[in-house]
Amino acid sequence: MKVIDIEKASVRELNQALHDQHVECTEREWEVTGVKGDHNLAVGLDEAISVHIKGHAGYYCAGMNKKANIVVHGNAGQGVAENMMSGSVRVVGDASQSAGATAHGGLLVIEGNAGARCGISLKGADIVVKGNVGHMSCFMAQAGTLVVCGDAGDALGDSLYETHIYVKGSVKSLGADCVEKEMRAEHVQELTDLLNRAGVDEDPAAFKRYGSARNLYNFKVDNASAY
Amino acid sequence: MSEKDLNVNAGLRESSTFDLHSMQEIRRAADTGIYDIRGFGAKRKVPHFDDLLFLGASMSRYPLEGYREACNTKVTLGTRFAKKPIELDIPVTIAGMSFGALSANAKEALGRGASEVGTSTTTGDGGMTPEERGQSKKLVYQYLPSRYGMNPDDLRKADAIEVVLGQGAKPGGGGMLLGQKITDRVAQMRTLPKGVDQRSACRHPDWTGPDDLAIKIQELREITDWQVPIYIKVGATRTYYDVKLAVKAGADVIVVDGMQGGTAATQEVFIEHVGIPTMAAIPQAVQALQEMGMHRKVQLIVSGGIRNGADVAKCMALGADAVAIGTAALIALGCNHPKWDEEFRKIGSAAGYYDDYHEGKDPAGISTQDPELSKRLDPVAGGHRLANYLRVLTMEAQTLARACGKNDLRNLEPEDLVALTVESAAMARVPLAGTAWIPGQGY
Repeated sequence: MKVIDIEKASVRELNQALHDQHVECTEREWEVTGVKGDHNLAVGLDEAISVHIKGHAGYYCAGMNKKANIVVHGNAGQGVAENMMSGSVRVVGDASQSAGATAHGGLLVIEGNAGARCGISLKGADIVVKGNVGHMSCFMAQAGTLVVCGDAGDALGDSLYETHIYVKGSVKSLGADCVEKEMRAEHVQELTDLLNRAGVDEDPAAFKRYGSARNLYNFKVDNASAY
Repeated sequence: MSEKDLNVNAGLRESSTFDLHSMQEIRRAADTGIYDIRGFGAKRKVPHFDDLLFLGASMSRYPLEGYREACNTKVTLGTRFAKKPIELDIPVTIAGMSFGALSANAKEALGRGASEVGTSTTTGDGGMTPEERGQSKKLVYQYLPSRYGMNPDDLRKADAIEVVLGQGAKPGGGGMLLGQKITDRVAQMRTLPKGVDQRSACRHPDWTGPDDLAIKIQELREITDWQVPIYIKVGATRTYYDVKLAVKAGADVIVVDGMQGGTAATQEVFIEHVGIPTMAAIPQAVQALQEMGMHRKVQLIVSGGIRNGADVAKCMALGADAVAIGTAALIALGCNHPKWDEEFRKIGSAAGYYDDYHEGKDPAGISTQDPELSKRLDPVAGGHRLANYLRVLTMEAQTLARACGKNDLRNLEPEDLVALTVESAAMARVPLAGTAWIPGQGY
């Protein structure tokens, strides 16, 4: 395992070393120590390596990740795993707002709570939050899945496209065009698989499903009051 | 004699307030219950570069020979932080226009034309197409609030990244692409169901202010190993403050798009009533850069209503390092061409007036996804037309610069300009012609 102490090396040196693995992979296991809220840790990775970040990460940790498996052993700041393409990101603590924003693929697991706008503009990734999510989560989310094992804040799924949302706890309010939907067998299966992949022990039968009513897909003047 | 003249001669009087266009709009709103959506840019008359004139050399200034003495047009963008700044042969770039809004042939033609004369093109809302990357030797990749098609592979293929905060046609608004243009390919690129009305977000999803933006820019630099320049594009509104914040956030290049800048689709009320004219925005931007000691260090690109070499030269005289064109480039390709007038009229428009880009029925085959219409634009011929036009813009600007005694377009300066109207003098901050008076700056 290669260990980089971020108190001695810069974020630039860390990311360059991790990017270099795409050119020639010399080490599959990485550990980043001395982390004290540094921004942009392990961003733009493009190789199937494992990175353990020991401490609280700042903004955009694991941004645009491809292939790599990244674990934040602490809390994560704004935009963790934003625009992830593949691989996985696990946050052992809580995540700030916009977790998994616009992510196209891969799996984001947040073992604590996630702030506002979790999964905003989600484009295909799967997000599993063991705790609660804040307001406007999955705003304009297009594809992929959000699983919330706790409660969801206001305006869940506002202006939703085709993202699947499962919530075990309460939903403070649903956003425009987001509705509760029937939980059919294929949805139970999808949720079961996702919980298993995330390593989260929850009963899929306890969740409710939410999705787009698709009433706002094409502009109709009769819907003007919904905006 | 026009119908309007006949009416006047008959003693009829049109209301200035409720003019014929305003009346028609009221009737249209009453008929449909929906605001008007259209493309193009502002059509109202606003103070523009036609209100400025150059002071050519005579006794007190020394001109350069028109066809003999060199006048440099090259410009390097992104010298502040990027390891690989963009070097352009001419200071006229192609503004961001999406595949989706435009046909694949149109995007290819833009790439071909720009590459022929050594300048850059820019992607748009919807990601980077292989055709565009293939044909554009220098390609700027837009980073938009929607993040449609955004991926790190394309990010690393780009020659520069443009973080879009706003657009002159609709500062404060997001993109719009209505269902009729969301074909299978466009839907796939944007991860959307086919046929939906796509209304892009107006705010970025993972940052909320200039302090966050500074960290976002650092992220983009880290992902691309600090190789390429990062632009910040703003619609012209509070330009002085926006530019200062953009510099503070770490921009290499700032793009200011005035209200005459075009769009593929938005509400007409937005196009005509939000933002400030391009001419008014440039001095604000330059002042901000100068006060921060960053003029020419952070390069300034200006867009919005650039039509000819005089406009290019005037932008540069006011302090821009380069300009970007969108609408003019499409016209060079054939947008609104009179040869399609009959077909324009079949869809309720006319050559020279067509602005319903959002409907996807463009007879010229440019702002459409219809495969049959798209075939009407030959990307090779279109690219050559664009290259010709870009060459003319450059030569015209050089002509004016030489006449002012400048051997580099960037040596043009406000001192070379005067204004024809009080409004333009105040906005451009140059003297009213024949006086030393710059309104707002004393006598």
